Amino acid sequence: MKSVSITIDGKAVEVPADYTILQAAREAGISIPTLCHDERLEPFGACRVCVVKVEGARALLPACATPVSEGMRIWTDLEEVRRARRTVIELLLSDHPNDCMVCERSGSCELQDLAYEYGVREPRFQGERHTYEVLDDNPLIERDYNKCIVCGRCVRICREVQGVGVYDFINRGFDAIPGTPYGRSLPETPCEFCGQCVSTCPTGALVSIPYKGKGRAWQVTKVRTTCPYCGCGCQVDLHVRDGKVVGASSPVMVGPGQGNLCVKGRYGYEFIHHPDRLTRPMVRKGGELVEVSWDEALDEVAGRLKEIMEENGPDSVAFLCSARCTNEENYLLQKLARAVVGTNNVDHCARL
Amino acid sequence: MTNSIDDLEKADCILVTGSNTTEAHPIVGLRIKRAVMKNDCKLIVAEPRRIRLCDYAHLWLKQLPGTDVALLNGMMNVILEEGLADEEFIRERTEGFEEFKKVVERYTPERAAEICGVPADQIREAAHIFASAERAAIVYCMGITQHTTGVDNVLSLANLAMLTGNIGKEGAGLNPLRGQNNVQGACDMGGLPNVLPGYQSVQDPRAREKFARVWGVENLPEKPGLTVMEMMEAAAQGKVKALYIMGENPMVSDPDIRHLQEALDKVELLVVQDIFLTETARRAHVVLPAASFAEKEGTFTNTDRRVQRVRKAVEPPGDAREDSWIVAEVSRRLGYDMGDVSASAVMEEIASLTPQYGGISYQRLEELGYLHWPCPTPDHPGTPILHVEKFTRGKGLFSAVEFKPPAELPDEEYPFYLTTGRILFHYHTGTMTRRSAGIEALASTNEVWMNPEDARELGVEEGEHVVVQSRRGAIRIRAKLTEDMPQKVLFIPFHFGESPANALTNPALDPVAKIPEYKVAAVRVLVGKEAEGVDVVSLSSTG
Repeated sequence: MKSVSITIDGKAVEVPADYTILQAAREAGISIPTLCHDERLEPFGACRVCVVKVEGARALLPACATPVSEGMRIWTDLEEVRRARRTVIELLLSDHPNDCMVCERSGSCELQDLAYEYGVREPRFQGERHTYEVLDDNPLIERDYNKCIVCGRCVRICREVQGVGVYDFINRGFDAIPGTPYGRSLPETPCEFCGQCVSTCPTGALVSIPYKGKGRAWQVTKVRTTCPYCGCGCQVDLHVRDGKVVGASSPVMVGPGQGNLCVKGRYGYEFIHHPDRLTRPMVRKGGELVEVSWDEALDEVAGRLKEIMEENGPDSVAFLCSARCTNEENYLLQKLARAVVGTNNVDHCARL
Repeated sequence: MTNSIDDLEKADCILVTGSNTTEAHPIVGLRIKRAVMKNDCKLIVAEPRRIRLCDYAHLWLKQLPGTDVALLNGMMNVILEEGLADEEFIRERTEGFEEFKKVVERYTPERAAEICGVPADQIREAAHIFASAERAAIVYCMGITQHTTGVDNVLSLANLAMLTGNIGKEGAGLNPLRGQNNVQGACDMGGLPNVLPGYQSVQDPRAREKFARVWGVENLPEKPGLTVMEMMEAAAQGKVKALYIMGENPMVSDPDIRHLQEALDKVELLVVQDIFLTETARRAHVVLPAASFAEKEGTFTNTDRRVQRVRKAVEPPGDAREDSWIVAEVSRRLGYDMGDVSASAVMEEIASLTPQYGGISYQRLEELGYLHWPCPTPDHPGTPILHVEKFTRGKGLFSAVEFKPPAELPDEEYPFYLTTGRILFHYHTGTMTRRSAGIEALASTNEVWMNPEDARELGVEEGEHVVVQSRRGAIRIRAKLTEDMPQKVLFIPFHFGESPANALTNPALDPVAKIPEYKVAAVRVLVGKEAEGVDVVSLSSTG
């Protein structure tokens, strides 16, 4: 790819010719705010919060949707630029509930961050406000259009990334929102409940019901791990608060999923703290499984294994390791079979 | 996979066969859909059911279950006949072409069509699209492998990839999707009866000697062990007397549950190490509570051979312990001290003995996020694409493969094909997903999927409970009528212990891979009065 030379805020940079201004700026370490942008999506240019001044252009241009060109001189932090962005934020807040106190997304809300950065406490514009009913027509995804800023990220991610297209804009002008066909509930649409829409929503308009009220951004620690379901190997951040997994998300553009998950990888974690979890070793006594100490259980296993091996040879013992356990654990179990018991009777469900 | 998941979006054509990708591997499905939507990749789906990917496909080859070899040979016949083969690739990189050609020449599209039910014209069109793509990828899953001809099916796909020069380059390759988070890793780690870690044969004296030295034992067993199905058979015969199961639930995942139950009940010692009291654990003599993935350090290796970290987020409940600790404690009591079994220390030992993992360490994974094996040395960047310049065995070997029918076909007594698989909302035996309330609420009931025309003939209404019966057992299950099913073919997901699909499946095995034929069995449907009083298999409802 050919490269072009441009300057951003007076800094000379060279970038590939197919970059947008936003990409060039990010690469140069210059931050430009965005709302309708997500790296997983095609540029859209809807929110206008990323506007910048390009010398020679008649109006301010959206950085996310404007390609760079040779010799372009870009200014991202002029007063006129900041004023334009501020107006956009004020307009958005003029029809947005000021309920950050109880909002699930407080602390990870892109609109809140911008209001903070641009010091918007009260919007200049007072006018009509929408009052929509909060939709919780399914057990996983809640829709609160009162908080929707009509950035179209949910519409686009469902169509461009998930390839399903549950949402599209309905109504016009001030009443436009991303709705479902005929206002159907999500289970009545082809929704796959992947939660990609939740993951891209910049505000609290789309929220994961199972994780609601369990902990906000600053209250949780994220632990990067690998999804325990199928073999795709998506990277998952488990959200941990007070020793409990209270949420899950996927880092954008990282790993095979690039920030996308499926319904299992996003919502399948309640099993971790389920009351059915085994918590004590058990040994069968008089036909019943009875809770015992680790020492007793392990002595029982080793003692009976020894007896069986001595009487019938090592090949009378067989092991199933696990496609669900780690490499290290599987390695140790086959080592136990081969080096300690002395049998190659070790297999797992690779065939099943 | 010979190629990486990221690579799929570079393909000009993708053939998906025996994989309901959007449900069983949703993220790979997502990447395939993007390839179609963004890059105009031509998608061919070969599959009896109308799966979601069919909506994105250029061509849907609606084949009969268990006819893959015929369909693929038919496509390759066209490619040869019309001079679409990659002759340079065949000449320079492969061997065995002539014998292969002789067999394929006999599978004209018309003959293939008779066997697989796909019209000859569609076979021709699929062959044209696949062979004329600059980069064509093959994606397959258990719909290819879980047959008595599973190996033949895979060899046929390998033939197709080699015939068109689609191995060892970007956007192409032969890409099996592995069904569990770490099934690839469990195989890599020697969780197989014939190989030590890194696929080093137990019959190779040098390999045994190398491992014995590092493990500090005099010798290691030479005779290959039993595969899972053979283990269960040996247990039923009283030859295997102790069975130690770590994190598996064969009572729901294995075929012919009744027979398996007898086998498990016969062993003198059944040890189950798991996170829940599964159907299998319920029958154990000793149950050992293990830590879940969120409660331990380690690595998983995904379907594209990507080794990635698992990190501890929370403490295990009660007295549950990490599997590594449990195994080491059993080992110690048997007189062998495993030493430091922390995950990073074990990975060091793995790297020292397993050439493919030689350059993998926790330090590098921390820095890079992941490494694709083979990664032989600490400065090696990993290998996202296999067989780039030469095949692991040198030349790629064409195999001459004849079509063989499945072990059990529908007949007058059992007139329906049964095929089994996963649905989007659940995972394997359901122990985890069925305990996630939101997911379970969206998909809590097992259903037999049936074509409405078949239902009309049987007199079955949507939602009615019927009995599905095979020669091995019967289950009671709700009927779901859907045009997505072809006539005379039924589908039952295998996640649900209360109506276990595997009470019906056929344990007939592929002679080489020993994989059971989950994808084809003959069954009948009993309705109304006929269904009364039938002895049905039902295990607990949540694993």
